[in-house]
Amino acid sequence: MDIIYNIMEKLLPFSWVEYNFMKNALLAILIITPLFGILGTMVINNKMAFFSDSLGHSAFTGLAIGTIFGIKDTNLSMVLYAILFALLLNNINRKKTLSTDTVISVFSSLSMAIGLMILSRGGKFSNYSSLLIGDILSITMGEIGLLCIVFVVTIVYWFLCFNKLNSVGVNISLARSKNIKTNIIEDSFSVLIAIIVMLSIKWVGILLINALLILPAAAGKNIASNMREYHLFSVLIAAFSGLMGLILSYYLGTATGPTVVIIAAIMFFITLIVGSSKSK
Amino acid sequence: MKTKPIRIKRSKNNRIKKTACGLHCIKIKDINVKAGEQTIIDNVNLHIHCGRLTVIIGRNGAGKTTLIKAILGEIKHSGSIEFMDLKDKTMGNLKVGYVPQYVNIEKNTPMSVYDLFAGYISKSPIFFKKNKKVYEHIKEQLSIFDAEDLIDKRACDLSGGELQRVLLSIAISPVPNLLLLDEPVSGIDRNGMELFYDNIQKLKKNYDLAMIVVSHDFEFVRKYADHVVLLDKKILAEGSFEEISEHQDFKRAFKGGNDGYYI
Repeated sequence: MDIIYNIMEKLLPFSWVEYNFMKNALLAILIITPLFGILGTMVINNKMAFFSDSLGHSAFTGLAIGTIFGIKDTNLSMVLYAILFALLLNNINRKKTLSTDTVISVFSSLSMAIGLMILSRGGKFSNYSSLLIGDILSITMGEIGLLCIVFVVTIVYWFLCFNKLNSVGVNISLARSKNIKTNIIEDSFSVLIAIIVMLSIKWVGILLINALLILPAAAGKNIASNMREYHLFSVLIAAFSGLMGLILSYYLGTATGPTVVIIAAIMFFITLIVGSSKSK
Repeated sequence: MKTKPIRIKRSKNNRIKKTACGLHCIKIKDINVKAGEQTIIDNVNLHIHCGRLTVIIGRNGAGKTTLIKAILGEIKHSGSIEFMDLKDKTMGNLKVGYVPQYVNIEKNTPMSVYDLFAGYISKSPIFFKKNKKVYEHIKEQLSIFDAEDLIDKRACDLSGGELQRVLLSIAISPVPNLLLLDEPVSGIDRNGMELFYDNIQKLKKNYDLAMIVVSHDFEFVRKYADHVVLLDKKILAEGSFEEISEHQDFKRAFKGGNDGYYI
């Protein structure tokens, strides 16, 4: 561990490198943002932005269930709940009785209400309000290790399943005629998003997690013309926004999550202008 | 035409270098689709040979697309689909290809035709790097429909006709035994439709496959169909277009052009 700290102190010419919490936050940002950049590409292409947003909101319910059952590691209850929630949504969606956004709205508001009701018992909600904004500066080494594992899993999943995932998004009947197990692909991707969103929500915050998922990919989409460029730009923009956001938030004394999102939004508008002038 | 048995030779990319032999038959037996209490498809039986173009017509809501999706195995249905080689009376695994009516690709989506194509036929991850071999193979498949120049274009920038040709190439890579097509209804002009049916003729001539097309355009049905099926939940009539068009149910369904059909 000290080796990584030493390297960072040698390499980075900033005064804030002295603080261990800043070094931890930097490492975490460098893992989370590229991860979100990668996932965001398919969340956008397969029109799942609303889905991932409601997943984020369901964090409260997972947390609440965890506290009821006295589970110490609320990460566990949050991840489990989010997985269940994602699979349930997919299942109902396939029945095609209601339109997707209606289904998501109904279930996400119900689940959020349950969570808030439980957490607000006895006026104790303020204990949990930090979850709304998140605090990346409080991340520990162990938690960074967990993010590392998730990162590796995502990369492996991406190499194995990305083509199929893309095909399912383009036309599900065509995908099925090519022997792609569409349900498995849809479900596994939803579960992956659920896990990643839940494990990063403490650091990014419920309110802004979807922005971090969508903005870098949306910005990348503005200027890319194929999948390779799309991923490259999305990851670069995500990492850049994360890095800039962290540093700026240190000097401005602001919360990191919102600062990162603002940078990403600025990147989105820049690429929007660049992209539209290119296509003319 | 002589129907002497021909050896199927496959080149590396699984393209069958022969014309239809007429000896493969697909029996679609007793297909029923229900949604709750309602019957959507009622006991449909179809007998299809390779090298033949079967066209399904019917009013809006007759269950044409549902039948296609049932054959694809996407919708729960009863009944069976058998694939038989009449040469040696063996049953085979039916490979079904599908050309969708539309694709879910938004404006400005960074997905090239290569990406779209490779997603369906290759394991080489399209976000990582272009696989030269796959690229060449796709180019070759696209060239069947003179679409090889589109390979580096973004799929969302293609015209309706261009996209149709790309989707046709995807559907026949590798060549299926049965190809299901939902006729394009929007975004394609008269010339585009002409070309679409030209390409279907080309497939019929050069490949060993049977085709089912859902169509709304009787001019093309008259010109190209080998066998026409008039569907309204069940099969009301089948035969050549001339036979069908004399049929009472046909007249009832399409007289006056109420449904917006061109007759």
